[in-house]
Amino acid sequence: MSQSMTLVTNEPFAVRRAAPAGKHVLLGRAMLAFATITFLVVLALQSLDAMGVIALGFESWRPLLYVYLIWAVVFGVSQVMIRGEAGERAAFVLPAVLFTVAMVIFPTIFGLYIAFTDWNLSAVEGRRFNGLDNLRTLLADTYFWNALLNMVYYVLAVLAQYAIAFGLALLLNAEIKARKFFRVAFLLPLMLSPVAVSWMIGKSLMEYRFGPAATLARYLGWDNPAFFSTPWLARLSIMAMDAWVSIPFMMVLLLAGLQALPAEIKEAARVDGATGWQSFKEITFPLMLPVSMTALILRIIFELKLADIVINVTAGGPGGATDTVSSFIFREYRDRSNVGYGTMLAEVYLVIIIVFVALILKWASRWMQRTN
Amino acid sequence: MSTAHEAIRPETPARRSFAVPGFMTRSMLIYAALVFWAFVSLFPIYWTVTTSFKTAVNVTQGHLIPFVDFTPDWKGWRSLGLSPDTIFEQSTVRDEFMRRFFNSIVASAGASLLAVVIGSLAAYGLSRFSYKFLWMRNKDISFFFLSQLILPPVVLAMPFLVLYKQLMLLDSLVGLILVYTLMVLPIVIWIMRDQFDTIPLELEQAALVDGCSIWGAFLRIVLPIALPGMVAAFILSVILCWNEYFFAALLTSTDAKTLPVMVASQTGSQGINWWSMAAIASAAILPLVLIGIFLERYIVKGLTAGAVK
Repeated sequence: MSQSMTLVTNEPFAVRRAAPAGKHVLLGRAMLAFATITFLVVLALQSLDAMGVIALGFESWRPLLYVYLIWAVVFGVSQVMIRGEAGERAAFVLPAVLFTVAMVIFPTIFGLYIAFTDWNLSAVEGRRFNGLDNLRTLLADTYFWNALLNMVYYVLAVLAQYAIAFGLALLLNAEIKARKFFRVAFLLPLMLSPVAVSWMIGKSLMEYRFGPAATLARYLGWDNPAFFSTPWLARLSIMAMDAWVSIPFMMVLLLAGLQALPAEIKEAARVDGATGWQSFKEITFPLMLPVSMTALILRIIFELKLADIVINVTAGGPGGATDTVSSFIFREYRDRSNVGYGTMLAEVYLVIIIVFVALILKWASRWMQRTN
Repeated sequence: MSTAHEAIRPETPARRSFAVPGFMTRSMLIYAALVFWAFVSLFPIYWTVTTSFKTAVNVTQGHLIPFVDFTPDWKGWRSLGLSPDTIFEQSTVRDEFMRRFFNSIVASAGASLLAVVIGSLAAYGLSRFSYKFLWMRNKDISFFFLSQLILPPVVLAMPFLVLYKQLMLLDSLVGLILVYTLMVLPIVIWIMRDQFDTIPLELEQAALVDGCSIWGAFLRIVLPIALPGMVAAFILSVILCWNEYFFAALLTSTDAKTLPVMVASQTGSQGINWWSMAAIASAAILPLVLIGIFLERYIVKGLTAGAVK
C-alpha cells in the first residue's frame, strides 16, 4: 500500500527538482510495521472474542477504533519519514481519505450483508441469513414501487422549481433598487430546517381550520381546502413545500451565472433590437445552459434524498401518495424495526440512483461541452 | 451565435418603437413580482414568529398583525420558560430546550470544523499535487470524494446504527459529529478546491525558493488567502448540519438529541398548543435567519463555488 501511493509528477513545484528522500526510512518502516501488527492483533483478538472462541471480556469494539486511529496517525507520520517530501504531499490528502474509507467502507460491506438477512429488531430470533428472500419481497412490494413512482414525480417537479428559480434570478439581475433586501429575503427559506418548515407550513399555515392558507383558499371560493386529503393534492402540497425550501438554491446558482455573462453580448443584442423574450431565448438561455445543467443535476441529486418534510407532515399518506423512498425506508426502520428488509430496499435504491445519475451526467455532459 | 443574430435582425425597426413606452410598466411588473415573491418567502417566517405571541382566540380567528389585530402575549414563550417573567425561574422545558440547542451547536460546529480542516487539506493536495494511488489519479480521488454526495442517508443509516452500537457511540455527540463530517466533507472539498485553484502558484513557489517546506508554504502563504473560502465552507456546513434530521432521529435518543428531533417530536403530538409550537420553531430557526441576514455573502460564495466558471 505504501509503495503504490507514489507521486508521479511534481510539475507545479518544479523549483526543487530532486525531492529529498526520507531521512528516517528504517525507523519509519519499523513504526508502520509495528502499528499494523498491533492493529491486526487487536482485530483478531476482538473477532475471536466476539465469536466466542476466547473470552477476553471486551465490552465493545471501542479498542479497535482507538487502534485504527493510532494506526492512521502512524501511517501518516511514517509516510513522511520514509518518503520525505512525497510523503509530506501525501499527508495532505491522507486524513480525508482514511476518514472517508473508515466511515464508508465498513457500512457499505456490512449493509450488503444485512440486506440479505431476515432481521427484525423486535423479533426474538435475531439475524438470520435468508438469501434472496428480501429481494423477492421487494419485487412484490407495491408500496416500494409506489414510492419509486412518487420519486419520478418529485424529480419532475424539479423542472418547475428550475423555471421559477430562473425567473427569480432574472428578476434579481434586472436593474432594481433594494437588491440586497430581495436577495436576502429570497434566500432565507433555504436556511430553515425542513423539520421546522414542516410545522410552519405543513402543519400550521396549511392547517384545515385556522391556517391562513386554508382561509385564503376559502376566500377564493374553495369550500373544502384540505391540502392533504386526496393523493394528488397532498403530493402537490409536499412539492410546494419542497420547492419553497429549495428554489433559492437554484436561484443563487443561476444568478451567479447571469452575473458572469459577458455584458457585450447582451449589449449587442439590444443594439440589434432584440426584445426581452428574444434575447432571453436566443442568447441568455443558451449561454446559461452549463450553469443550468449544474444546478439541475445538483438539485436532482438532493431531491432523491427528500425525506424530512414527508416524514413530518404526512408520514407518507394518504395511502402512500406522498411517500418518498427514503421516508418509506425510514418508517420500515423506525416503526416496524425491519432492519434486513429496509436495508435491502436502501441498497436497491442506491443502485437505481447511481444508474440514473450516471445516465443524467452522461446525457448532460454533451450539452455542457457543446456550449463551453 | 450567428444564427441568433440572423433571427433577430429582420424585426429591428418595429421592435425599437415599442421599447420606450413599455418601460414603465415593465419595471412595475418586475417590482410587483419581486414583492410577491418576497411575501411568499417571508410570510411563513412572519407567521411563525407572530403566532408564538398569540393566544388561542387569536389563532382560531386568524389574526395576523400584532398590536392591530391582537395584543401580543408571552404565552408561547412562557411555556418554553423563555418569557421575561419566567426566564429566571426553574423550567424543565427550558432546560430541555437549551440542552437540545447546545447539542445542535456542538454537533454542527464540531462537524463543520473537522470537515473544513481535513477537507481543506485534501482540496489543497488535489489542487496542487499529482497523486497516484493504485489506479486512481487526482481526478478519480476527487470523484471518490464527490460521489459521496449521491449516497442517500438511508443506505448508511442501518449499518451506522449497528456499528455505533458496537462502538458505544450511539446517542453520543462524537458519533453524530463523525456522521455529519462525512455528510459535509464532499461539499467542503468541492468549495475549497475551487478556492485553491484561483490562488496563483507563484506565491508558493516564491516561498519554496526562500526555503519554506511544503507545509510551511501552505500554512503561512496559502491559508490566509483561502480564509474567505474556508469561512464560506464552514457556514454552509453549519447550516446543513444544524438542519439535519434523518441521522439525528435514528442515532440519538436521550443525551445527544438535537433541536430538529425535538421539534419533530413536538409536531407529532396532536394536543400541542400552536403558540408553544410556534415558539419552539421560532427559536429553532432564529440562528439560521440571523446567519442568513448577516452572512449572506459567504453563503452565496459557498453555494456558487465551482458552478460558475
